[in-house]
Amino acid sequence: MLPFLTAAKSSVGKKYLMALTGLFWVLFLIIHLAGNLVLLSGHSDAYNKYSHFLLSLGELLYVLEFILLAFILLHIYSGITVAIGKLRARPQSYKVQKNLGGASRKTVSATTMIYSGLLLFIFLVVHISHFKYQVGVNGDYTTVIGGVEMHDFYRLVYDSFSYGWYVLFYEVIMILVFSHLRHGFWSGFQSLGVNHPRWSPFIDGLGIVIAVVVGFGFLVIPLYIYFIGGA
Amino acid sequence: MSNHAEQSDMRLHLKIWRQPDADSPGKFVSFEKEKVSPDMSFLEMLDELNEGLIKAGEDPVAFDSDCREGICGMCGLVINGQAHGPRRSTTTCQLHMREFKDGDTITIEPWRAKAFPVIKDLVVDRSAFDRIIQAGGYISVNTGNAQDANAIPIPKRNADEAMDAASCIGCGACVAACPNASATLFTSAKISQFALLPQGQVERKERAIQMVSQMDFEGFGDCSNYGECEAACPKDISISHIARMKREYVKAALTTA
Ligand code: HEM
Ligand code: SF4
Ligand code: FES
Repeated sequence: MLPFLTAAKSSVGKKYLMALTGLFWVLFLIIHLAGNLVLLSGHSDAYNKYSHFLLSLGELLYVLEFILLAFILLHIYSGITVAIGKLRARPQSYKVQKNLGGASRKTVSATTMIYSGLLLFIFLVVHISHFKYQVGVNGDYTTVIGGVEMHDFYRLVYDSFSYGWYVLFYEVIMILVFSHLRHGFWSGFQSLGVNHPRWSPFIDGLGIVIAVVVGFGFLVIPLYIYFIGGA
Repeated sequence: MSNHAEQSDMRLHLKIWRQPDADSPGKFVSFEKEKVSPDMSFLEMLDELNEGLIKAGEDPVAFDSDCREGICGMCGLVINGQAHGPRRSTTTCQLHMREFKDGDTITIEPWRAKAFPVIKDLVVDRSAFDRIIQAGGYISVNTGNAQDANAIPIPKRNADEAMDAASCIGCGACVAACPNASATLFTSAKISQFALLPQGQVERKERAIQMVSQMDFEGFGDCSNYGECEAACPKDISISHIARMKREYVKAALTTA
């Protein structure tokens, strides 16, 4: 076996890890979205019981959180090295550069991956410190369901999305999620070496569907709460 | 294409990158080129420009070419922001002036990549590609007479795909067109052509690892799957070869001793 670090640092290995970590996060986002769609049902107990269940996983939850954290850091690190490597590899840029069309997949999504990614990271920090660690949250968000005291995440989410600017921030980010996944999903498979005349059209299509579902799914939740649910 | 014969001579504004050598800064120099026939090839147009410059006692514009029939890979210019110019699946030498119109401004730049330093004007040094080939783009064969080619069974699909990969002429347009200046398409074509054939099996693993690490060492960028390389490639090499290279590399990395 090639030493792990040698392989991981190579251009192929780096993108391989980037794709694995990115696609793992896509899986997480899908599950996260499914869980949070419960918010739209209006059943506060169902949502709070779901989050209570997740918290009750204890050590397992820590392991999952650790994997997600390690993966995103690895993903960001590789993303930044790709972006820096690009500048190094072409110190003198073209005066005129035109897209070639045809077989090219150089979409706006593709050329802005580093920007959508970095903004996503800022979002993740804000999102997690707000909802998970409740930084800057005032008031008592606990509730008792069936005699068990638990966090009232439902009310926290509804109260948070009663602020227009906060909703707007989420909307902008979710469009970026759509953009990141639109190129990221098929690109991740290509980086893993999956390119097949029979499967690639399916993967490309699935990527668009997932980008739309995840991006717009998360986009709808704050909008719904702001305009309809909170009433 | 009957109307081409009727298309009259054109007058063009050329903006050409001039650079004395790799270490000196370059700049664009403008030229007015009259009487350009639409039937000329792009390089013939530059030849004429150079004849004028030589007659006037000036330094002609340096550019590369050899076969001028799209098979050697020596030519290569970025024309109006596109590697090998506006016509798909075509090398610069096979591009004709009928692709342009009277009064057009044409900006001509060399391949721009750190790994392809400019030798002069539009000529770049592509020996980084040669070093990638040296790192693993060969096979072992016994001396003596070649055996009958038909004695080695090869599935038709593999033969076709290997042939597609082998049609890479090493021109470097993939690097030139890639926003990251990545050489992944070239390297993947050279790895693929052998990985698909029985003759390539002996060095298969070392080849994947050594060619990729040489490519990285030369200072090309990473592959972001933009696909501009395939669009620019005069031989339409598909990025599916890149996916094969990734599989080859990972398999080799996990299983070599
Ligand atoms: C929710 C979190 C995220 C998900 C689901 C995600 C997903 C993905 C996927 C699947 C890819 C394709 C990988 C490949 O091309 O092999 C990708 C690429 C990329 N990601 Fe992310 N990503 C996320 C967050 C981030 C963050 C925080 C950054 C910050 C820098 C980032 C930067 C990038 C970049 C620069 C690329 C393109 C790599 C290239 O050009 O080769 N991503 N992402
Ligand atoms: S892959 Fe295509 S563009 Fe790249 S060197 Fe080979 S022939 Fe030229
Ligand atoms: S000069 Fe040989 S390919 Fe153009």
